[in-house]
Amino acid sequence: MLDVVFLLHSFILGSLDHTTFLYFERRQKQCSVSLPTESMKAMAESVGVGQLQEESCAALSEEVSYRIKEIAQDALKFMRHGKRRKLTTNDIDNALKLKNVEPLYGFQSQEFIPFRFASGGGRELYFYEEKEVDLSDIINTPLPRVPLDVSLKAHWLSIEGVQPSIPENPPPAPKEQQKVESTEPLKVVKPGQEEEGTIQGKSQGATPADGKGKDKGLIRLKPRSTHELSVEQQLYYKEITEACVGSCEAKRAEALQSIATDPGLYQMLPRFSTFISEGVRVNVVQNNLALLIYLMRMVKALMDNPTLYLEKYLHELIPAVVTCIVSKQLCLRPDVDNHWALRDFAARLMAQSCKTFSTTTNNIQSRITKTFTKSWLDDKTQWTTRYGCIAGLAELGPDVIKTLILPRLTVEGARIKAVMEGPVVSNIDKIGADHVQSLLLKHCASVIAKIRPQPDNMEQYRTDYGYLGPMLCSHVMKARTQAALQAQQVNRTTLTITQPRPTLTVSQSGLSGSAGSRTPSIIKVPSSLTLMTPRPGTPSQPSPPATKYIVMATSAGASSTQQYEFTSVSFATSTLQPLVKLESGSGPGLTSSRPMQKYIVVSLPSSASSSLETKSSVLPTSISTTPLEAAMKLDRSESPGASTQSPH
Amino acid sequence: MAAVQGGLADTNEEKDIKTEPSSDGFGNNNANDGRVLSTSPGSSASDQQTLLAVLQFLRKNKLTESVEILRREAGLPEDSPELKGSDSSGAGSGGAAGSGDKEGGDASSLLSRTSSVTAAGEDQPDVNVVLSAYNQQGDPPLYQVYYSGLKKFIESVLDCHRAELSQLFYPLFVHMYLELVYNNHESEAKAFFEKFSGDQECYYEDDLRVLSSLSKREHMRGNETLMDFRTSKFVLRISRDSYQLLKRHLQERQNNQIWNIIQEHLYIDIFDGMPRSKGQIDAMSGSLAGEGKREANKAKVYYGLLKEPEIELPLDDEDEEAENEEGKPKKKKPKKDSMGSKSKKQDPNAPSQTRIPLPELKDSDKLDKIMYMKEATKRIRLGPDNLPSICFYSFLNAYQGLTAVDFTDDSSLIAGGFADSTVRVWSVTPKKLRKVKSAADLNLIDKESDDVLERIMDEKTASESKILYGHSGPVYGISFSPDRNYLLSSSEDGTVRLWSLQTFTCLVGYKGHNYPVWDTHFSPHGYYFVSGGHDRVARLWATDHYQPLRMFSGHLADVTCTRFHPNSNYVATGSSDRTIRLWDVLNGNCVRIFTGHKGPIHALAFSPNGKFLASGATDGRVLLWDIGHGLMIGELKGHTDTIYSLRFSRDGEILASGSMDNTVRLWDAMKAFDDLETDDFTAATGHVHLQDNSQELLLGTYMSKSTPVIHLHFTRRNLLLATGAYNP
Repeated sequence: MLDVVFLLHSFILGSLDHTTFLYFERRQKQCSVSLPTESMKAMAESVGVGQLQEESCAALSEEVSYRIKEIAQDALKFMRHGKRRKLTTNDIDNALKLKNVEPLYGFQSQEFIPFRFASGGGRELYFYEEKEVDLSDIINTPLPRVPLDVSLKAHWLSIEGVQPSIPENPPPAPKEQQKVESTEPLKVVKPGQEEEGTIQGKSQGATPADGKGKDKGLIRLKPRSTHELSVEQQLYYKEITEACVGSCEAKRAEALQSIATDPGLYQMLPRFSTFISEGVRVNVVQNNLALLIYLMRMVKALMDNPTLYLEKYLHELIPAVVTCIVSKQLCLRPDVDNHWALRDFAARLMAQSCKTFSTTTNNIQSRITKTFTKSWLDDKTQWTTRYGCIAGLAELGPDVIKTLILPRLTVEGARIKAVMEGPVVSNIDKIGADHVQSLLLKHCASVIAKIRPQPDNMEQYRTDYGYLGPMLCSHVMKARTQAALQAQQVNRTTLTITQPRPTLTVSQSGLSGSAGSRTPSIIKVPSSLTLMTPRPGTPSQPSPPATKYIVMATSAGASSTQQYEFTSVSFATSTLQPLVKLESGSGPGLTSSRPMQKYIVVSLPSSASSSLETKSSVLPTSISTTPLEAAMKLDRSESPGASTQSPH
Repeated sequence: MAAVQGGLADTNEEKDIKTEPSSDGFGNNNANDGRVLSTSPGSSASDQQTLLAVLQFLRKNKLTESVEILRREAGLPEDSPELKGSDSSGAGSGGAAGSGDKEGGDASSLLSRTSSVTAAGEDQPDVNVVLSAYNQQGDPPLYQVYYSGLKKFIESVLDCHRAELSQLFYPLFVHMYLELVYNNHESEAKAFFEKFSGDQECYYEDDLRVLSSLSKREHMRGNETLMDFRTSKFVLRISRDSYQLLKRHLQERQNNQIWNIIQEHLYIDIFDGMPRSKGQIDAMSGSLAGEGKREANKAKVYYGLLKEPEIELPLDDEDEEAENEEGKPKKKKPKKDSMGSKSKKQDPNAPSQTRIPLPELKDSDKLDKIMYMKEATKRIRLGPDNLPSICFYSFLNAYQGLTAVDFTDDSSLIAGGFADSTVRVWSVTPKKLRKVKSAADLNLIDKESDDVLERIMDEKTASESKILYGHSGPVYGISFSPDRNYLLSSSEDGTVRLWSLQTFTCLVGYKGHNYPVWDTHFSPHGYYFVSGGHDRVARLWATDHYQPLRMFSGHLADVTCTRFHPNSNYVATGSSDRTIRLWDVLNGNCVRIFTGHKGPIHALAFSPNGKFLASGATDGRVLLWDIGHGLMIGELKGHTDTIYSLRFSRDGEILASGSMDNTVRLWDAMKAFDDLETDDFTAATGHVHLQDNSQELLLGTYMSKSTPVIHLHFTRRNLLLATGAYNP
């Protein structure tokens, strides 16, 4: 019996670690949660009690859970009085002290405690890895920097009721307020302004308006939202827009960075949005691919800015983006210029905005889907538009692919076949069909790999998907091996939570400029990547690499570092949160043997490799190279952080 | 007043009706104490019994000496009630007169009462006795039937009664659940909880969570929340009609189970008149033990301000000193009237000047008062069209450790309490902080020189901030003395410390709270201070006594914040039991209970005229109270997180609130109070009908970047200072 009491105490202490609290915090909504009896057993073993009966475990777990909840509740009190939102380990210690229990030592408040997961012997455990520390290491390490002392700093939060715009104050209109202003325009917004009129309006607003127009109180006007720009803001706006569409790439990167991060752009948002929509309108007519790309990058930067409430301006932005996806012609020479990259990029933007802005009231996603499907189904649609529609749909996710694209594969395959194998109609059509084909293969393969059972039979595929069947089949097979490899990797690594890192998605997508591919498993057949070559008429030639990246891969466990050189690796702009993506499929022959863990990606200056090619080839005119470079940089702009990333 | 007060038991037994109200007159709402005390004026029989019980207890514990003493004292029949009832019997004016006679020359009258208050306050009922009430009960599976039967009934009654009767759900639910748990019907209890917990009002969520974790009889021991629920009767206000309906229903159905619970554990405050609406009920409910009884808020509160001592602007020390000496207030009055401009007539609602013995004004205090008046002439008149400027003092590099802040009244010093047990004082004026020289050096000073006060300061120690070490736990409360010579800090280590701002050392550690002390506040007249903590007791101290003068007990959970009334005669405390209580410093009685908050209260502020109280809680709402009438008069909604600070502007036009949601909000206090006065006052019934006009009253919202606002302060010129720790 004494044992049990002792156990109880040690259990409470034993289970009072961070996870337990996370566990309880998370489950707070549910009323009765208790620790699993397995935990009791594990803890009993850890204090030397081998055989614990099931009933004792149950009784103990209930008691321990109750006590822990009690302590958690007390700890919350300390948190509140500490004027914090975060519960710390100190709060728990204090709560234990209240109960006259010795606090836990050694659980100093750490912002982040990485827990590890292990399973074995039919048990699953989460544990906090405590490494043995060599004392000499501690002695020899230099002392940490002394933290800065507390200090006081004063600033004006408000001057006679008006909040000054100084760096110490938050941006004038937080997102919520922007939202409130745009969605509930009838509310009284400004304090002290038109106080009487609005109150009158309010009190009378309760009774429904009886049609007396002359009564001023009855008319509720939407207050004009003014977007006056200060002189500084006007200058800023001018600089930014000029840099965004100017010729200096470094400046552009800076400007886009500013748009994506600056918290005070709210006032300028309507101007930016008009700038973009007008810009697209003009440049589509003029087929100025470079400018269109710049404008799309601006849209992306705006969308990346967390402080902006874009919903109000979607009516201008979405048409602009959609134009860049499906427009018949986006560049002067459709056979040479890589307008496909722009379409891909814009399609991703569209998908991102669907994800973030689509609601049940505005139905963006379904409206967009309808638009795409409609023009895709139209027989007269050009290949360029066709490509855009498919790309736009495919970016919306596997579900859309499954329901809208897969059923049409046969039809589309026949159409492609007609162009590819039929009488030569026009080169442009052929290129278009080729692109559509690779696009379809790329997006559909991974989806089919998931929904279709093994084995993959060429013939079966042909009957199911027609002309594209066989090619699809090989792609699916590749996708499967890829998935298997990844699964293997996941199995190997224990759950390690690391601090988020800037993302680098290494994916293979043929042209460095065409940031098209998101499914890295698929290695494109070089013959399909033709559009880079400046020589018209030889579409089947492999394209020269524009940028060279060296990917150094260290395989797990192997001491040797192999160096692979890839001629066409691009950095796909990813909308996802940063994470180093481990992609083992960078070369089927090279990597399938063992799973890789880390990559060092070094980007070589593009001139080094491309100079060879460009020498022999006719230099494209400036108008067509700029978009390419731009697109490259568009991708590269994300890479600096990543490319210098060390394996750790 | 036509309303008939009385619990259920009283309506059944006529004779009790007389005694019940008298018991409610006593502020100490600790029900068991109340019961013991209540009978004291009526009959001494029960006192005799209590004494016998105490004797028995002492004898059992072999405390023979105490037995002797008690027996000797109890032998005198007049003394025995005195033993327990002295503090509470002197409620209101009687007590006031008593000490008033002594002219309040010293604090002895206050001190003398300490022991008796303590005795009454700490008399906690025995756990077993309390719990045993749950013993004899009916068939556990039928509980669900009973409850749902009642639910059906209440849902079927007329709309006007439904809201009132639905108040019954929560207390009945809790008591039935506890009964099940107590009688070891674990599975039934669980089923009962799951079935009906969803029906309860959302503001009881926290309590329900505590309840849900409790599933065994053993857990009930030592669970304070439960003990509170059990020991204090849950108070409901129900109109007579609704009550009759309920009674008839229960009698028809022979539903003894529920009837028993109602009789034993609930206090139903019956009133005549229209049943209250759902909104009215919701506004007042939410506390741990129901609403305050109406009788509890009937005592007279002298909320007026004390007369300002007369000080002429061109200072004439000798004259003033004579004037302000104790015992010469009558002389002062005629002179005052002749003075004209500054003199005010004695506020009829103000307590007598000497109701509480207050410290004499020193020369330095008078100087300060003069400064205050000079500043006041430069004060900005605030209003909806003239909002104050806000200066924000951010604590940088505080690493989440800033737990309390206070400003001196003249805004020259800021003190911060930190989680690392330190207290830091900053000077925000160019004047640096200096220590007094050491004793040896002080000997060398020419004491006759004019600038002796300058000379005693050690220039070498001048710095912008000083750190005070002494606590052994996070410092949760901090308060400057009005004369800026002292600083109080209360900490997790259970002590309140008094620091000298001359020597920057600790002078006294006041021990008494054995648990964390959440808040402390100096009286506006100095000398006294109040502290409140986890032990659910607020204590009144005088700086020169190491033991408390008063213990204010009655809260059912932690006392989270404490505040002195501007006239120093009352203390307001806010608590985790979601009630605010106002205590009379003179006799220790609870004179007001305000219910309506739905979360622990973390901020309190008295209006400068002493008539109103504002309170802020974790629920993000500010409630306004009329102290004189004991009514809720306003609700200010807008904050989205705990409100940690509230402050009225110097003239009381504007209320500023600071919250965890990183905002400072300004509210039109004048309008809030004015609206009320035009409103027809439902003082008799105590039923408030609040209009939802928060948006109209909100004058401005100012967001800081990432700094929760934990303290606010209006300077003497009505500049608003806000502070918080920047939290990147």
